[in-house]
Amino acid sequence: MDAIFLQILNGLDKGSAYALIALGLTLIFGTLGVVNFAHGALFMIGAFCAVTLQKLFGLSYQVIDETQTDFLGKPLKVDVPYLESWLGPEFSAALMDWSVPLAILFSIPIMVVVGFVMERGLIKHFYNRPHADQILVTFGLAIVLQEIVKYFYGANPIQTGAPEMFKGALDFGVLIGFEPNKVIYPVWRLVYFLFSAVVIGGVFAFLRFTTFGMVVRAGMADRETVGLLGINIDKRFTIMFGLAAAVTGMAGVMYTPILAPNYHMGMDFLVLSFVVVVVGGMGSLPGAVLAGFLLGILQSFASMNEVKAILPGIDQIVIYLVAIIILLTRPRGLMGKRGVMEE
Amino acid sequence: MSNFKLTRRGMMQTGGAAGLVLATPTLLTAGSHSGYTNAPTGSTVKIGFNVPQTGPYSEEGLDELRAQELAVEHLNGIGDGGMLNTFSSKALDGTGILGKKVEFVTGDTQTKSDAARASAKSMIEKDQVVMINGGSSSGVAIAVQGLCQEAGIIFMAGLTHSNDTTGKDRKANGFRHFFNGYMSGAALAPILGANLGTDRRAYHLTSDYTWGWTQSESMIASTEAMGWTTAENVLTPVGAGDFSSYIAQVLGSGADTLILNHYGGDMINSLTQSVQFGLRDKVVNGKNFEIVVPLYSELMAAGAGENIKGVYGSMNWNWQLQDAGTAAFVKSFGEKYGRPPSNSAHTCYVQTLLYADAVTRGGSFNPCAVGEALEDFEFDGMGNGPTLYRGADHQCFKDVLVMKGAENPTNAYDTLEIVEVTPRAQVEYPSNHPMFGGDEASVGSCNPGA
Repeated sequence: MDAIFLQILNGLDKGSAYALIALGLTLIFGTLGVVNFAHGALFMIGAFCAVTLQKLFGLSYQVIDETQTDFLGKPLKVDVPYLESWLGPEFSAALMDWSVPLAILFSIPIMVVVGFVMERGLIKHFYNRPHADQILVTFGLAIVLQEIVKYFYGANPIQTGAPEMFKGALDFGVLIGFEPNKVIYPVWRLVYFLFSAVVIGGVFAFLRFTTFGMVVRAGMADRETVGLLGINIDKRFTIMFGLAAAVTGMAGVMYTPILAPNYHMGMDFLVLSFVVVVVGGMGSLPGAVLAGFLLGILQSFASMNEVKAILPGIDQIVIYLVAIIILLTRPRGLMGKRGVMEE
Repeated sequence: MSNFKLTRRGMMQTGGAAGLVLATPTLLTAGSHSGYTNAPTGSTVKIGFNVPQTGPYSEEGLDELRAQELAVEHLNGIGDGGMLNTFSSKALDGTGILGKKVEFVTGDTQTKSDAARASAKSMIEKDQVVMINGGSSSGVAIAVQGLCQEAGIIFMAGLTHSNDTTGKDRKANGFRHFFNGYMSGAALAPILGANLGTDRRAYHLTSDYTWGWTQSESMIASTEAMGWTTAENVLTPVGAGDFSSYIAQVLGSGADTLILNHYGGDMINSLTQSVQFGLRDKVVNGKNFEIVVPLYSELMAAGAGENIKGVYGSMNWNWQLQDAGTAAFVKSFGEKYGRPPSNSAHTCYVQTLLYADAVTRGGSFNPCAVGEALEDFEFDGMGNGPTLYRGADHQCFKDVLVMKGAENPTNAYDTLEIVEVTPRAQVEYPSNHPMFGGDEASVGSCNPGA
């Protein structure tokens, strides 16, 4: 029982990452009708916002320590962070420790600008082109973006830790009546789950309870009619692209303590997020969230040794297997609507 | 009509002469063959460095390239000579190879077997290289080794740690300086027993490809031989990223030790996530929970950060060794690039020099002559003590390093510390060992190509 509960918890945690990415992807598809293969790159850029802030906090000058030698036997050059000199060791250490949460604030304007430039500079020229063209150009853009990041940050994963108070694991099982040491879960993953719940809730509330959101939803349902009412729906959709980029970027920032960022992490999530969107139903925001959590939980269960003993290798294919079954039985996905991605 | 009469004496004379003619090729050394792939004709000879220049292991590939470029400089008499000054063989004199200036071309393996074969093929056919060196990943090494065997050139594998490379997939034209999974297990087990106890229960997470399979097989065999038991050996997808659903099951299994048969980014992620799950803070079966990473590299250890502290593993070589060969190489490399070399850089540097030395001693670039010169070649001064290139499987035998994550690293290069230099005798095994293909495994015949 505890093992099953642990995998549910783990699935919710995995699913929250899938849901956040798929939510942004669906926002872009639902508003602009663009199949954005550069969406994984937005996740990666978000993660590298955290890396960048950490590097900015760690910017250093070198002093020569004559008492120590380097690997060549020469006097050792010691790095001294500027922040440490300016703000004292305690405050600079605290800033470094909290660099990931602080990177949320740092990433939002960056991601909005990246999204705006991406949409206005490139993607808008492909609105009336076939989906195949959109896929090719956005996939190409994703490769360019990841190579730029690799040029500046290298190919190796870069450790970007959670704040000290969120490191380690919590005996979650004890809180809900299990024996001690049965359901232990990393604190940061619980934080990530709560964070994604807040962001997802925020996006839905924004679309549901604001005038801007109401217009956007109307535009998603019938773009032409909203345009005929004299509303500049294109401008609002561009803003939505920026919002989607920010949501995805924040998902990337918060994921850095879980997965050390590397330049190709966006590609690793790209295919998965498209499967989530297709299973949820193209253009359906609730569908994307539902499918994200569903697939996360299924993937976790498929990784259980007991399941793998019966179906070896199921953990590597379960997501695609479920996608096939759902598309065979519900061609529009779990919550897809008639007319979306259909001629 | 000819007046031809067959006599017993005539028949014996004719037969003897024919036999002599037929036997002649086997009496000559392979070095006298003139027909072989890409025989150099001018004043230069070209070798190929096939390493990952893009993809997740490109940092490692870059370090291999740095080392290979340095080796070419030393072969051509540029710089301080590095390990040429400490190498026990004195055949090389800094005038290139057999008087020909050494040039090189590079290829990008992308850490993908098909891409690696394509770039190797291009270097062989277009650039006409006589040897290919380098690479990271056993899958790639085995694929390129097979191609070089077919093409008739020498392949010096880079960072490949699967038993299969010089086991069931060994080839006459391929040689490996790097150690292997069996050696890691043989070196690590006594240290683990002495420091962690001999009655532990281990849980393995294993990359689902040739290296992971042979690494886990080797670790299970060596740890069970000293009394450990194995709770589970779970195969995980390469590049899974998030290993949480696998790690979550470890504590429930009753295991008190986690062995991560992962390399590169997978190792960084699985180790980091294991620490996040609090495994190292737990006490199971009355013992502190421990994590072991059988194969380390400096570049990946730096990526794992503080999570690696106190974690045992093994390496082929490390810049912190104190022998003269290591000191010479670290000095050359460090002064040129401002950083100590990684163990994959060391492997590729040494292999370039060893190839050049074998050509010089064999007197020919013919791969069969080079193979003859390398087989059962014993030498010293290259950083791991007395070393043997065994003829039966083309595996290099030398001392192996047991490492541990440093408690107080001062920079990105001393994240690991040497626990023990395991003597070569402790990691040796027969060439027909069951983990290496058994009696059926053979390098076959050398192929000179053209």
